[in-house]
Amino acid sequence: MVEFALPRNSKIVPGKTWPGSSKANVETEFRVYRWNPDEGGNPRIDTYYVDREDCGPMVLDALIWIKNKVDPTLTFRRSCREGVCGSCAMNIDGVNTLACTKAIDDVKAPVRVYPLPHQPVIKDLVPDLTNFYAQYASIEPWLHTVSPTPEKEWKQSHEDRAKLDGLYECILCACCSTSCPSYWWNSDRYLGPAALLHANRWVQDSRDEATGERLDKLEDAFRLYRCHTILNCSKACPKGLNPAKEIAALKKAMVERQL
Amino acid sequence: MNTPHRIVTPMRRVRGLGAARSGTRDFWHQRVTAVAGIPLTIAFMIIVIALMGRGHAAVAQILGSPLVAVVMLLFIVNTAYHMWIGMQEIILDYVHDDRLKLPSLMANTFFVFAVAFASAFAVLKLSFGV
Repeated sequence: MVEFALPRNSKIVPGKTWPGSSKANVETEFRVYRWNPDEGGNPRIDTYYVDREDCGPMVLDALIWIKNKVDPTLTFRRSCREGVCGSCAMNIDGVNTLACTKAIDDVKAPVRVYPLPHQPVIKDLVPDLTNFYAQYASIEPWLHTVSPTPEKEWKQSHEDRAKLDGLYECILCACCSTSCPSYWWNSDRYLGPAALLHANRWVQDSRDEATGERLDKLEDAFRLYRCHTILNCSKACPKGLNPAKEIAALKKAMVERQL
Repeated sequence: MNTPHRIVTPMRRVRGLGAARSGTRDFWHQRVTAVAGIPLTIAFMIIVIALMGRGHAAVAQILGSPLVAVVMLLFIVNTAYHMWIGMQEIILDYVHDDRLKLPSLMANTFFVFAVAFASAFAVLKLSFGV
C-alpha cells in the first residue's frame, strides 16, 4: 500500500542550533536536514546562521560557507556551481531545484534545505539515485542503427535537429522524477519523467532506427502510463524543460502506431 | 513480514518482468469514453431533469421513446467503462501488494458490471413498460 506518512525511523526530530556570529551584520537562518548512517537514529534539522556579507548569493554558496566555517560534517554533492552538472539537486523551500542556481534572496527565511524527496538518504543531503540511474540506462540512451555505418557522420536536417531542443539539455539532476507523486508511489516500475524525457529524445531523433523497439519497451501500464499529467516535473525542472510534454509525445506516438 | 534476502543488480530490478505490451489501449479508451461522456452526460442530465417529480406512468412513457432509452443506455455503458478504467488506474497507483491488488481489481470489475447491468435493466424495464 502507498505510504502517506514517513516511516517511523524517517520522522524528523529537532536538531542542533549552531550559534551565529556576533560580528555579522546580515544573517540568514538555514534549517538543514541532517542524517548520519554511522550515528543512526532519526534525521534531525540543524539550524545555522549564515553571514551574508561573507558568502555568495546562492543557496549552494551558503551550504559551502556552512561546511567551511561552521560544521565540516555537513554532507552534500556539488561540482560545477553553475547549473550544468546537476549534482546539487535538493529540496529547497519545498521545491526541488539546484542549490547553485537558487538565490538565497528568492527564498523567504528561514531557508529549509532537504534532500530530494522519497529517495533513500545516504547521508545528509545526499540521496541514493541508483534506481534513477538504472532507469536512465534501461532506455538505452545511445543511437541504435541497423544500416551500415556511413563513412562520415549520420546526417540530420536542421529541422530534425531542432526537434531535439528541449530534450538534449537535460542534466539528469532528478529534480523532476523526485517531485512526481506517481514516481514516489511506483518508482520500482514507473520510469519517471527524466528517463521518459530521454526515451523521447531517442524516439524523436531522426537518425535512430529503433523507434519501434523503443516504444515496445515502454508499452506498459507502469513504465509509461503511471504518468497522469500531474505536471510537477515541468514545474520543478531547473533547466526550464518540459518533461510532461515529452511524455505526452510518447503517448501520442503509442496511439499513432495503433490507429 | 520476512522478505527473502536477494542480491540483484539495479538493472535487473528496473527491467523486472519486462514491458507488459499493453497499456495504450486503456489509455486511448479512457480518452474516447471521456469525449463521449461530454454530450452523453449533458443529455443524461436533461433527461433526469425532465423526469423529476413525474409519476411512474409519465417516466415510463418518456423512457419508452427509443431515442431517450438509447441515450440512457449509451450513457450507462460509456460511464461504466470509463469508471472501470479509471478505478483500475487508481488501484494500480496506490495498491502495491498483490494480495490486495488482485482482489481489488477483481472487485472493481464485479462492481462495474453489477452497476452497469442493474442500471441498464432498470431503464429497459421502464422503457418496455413491463
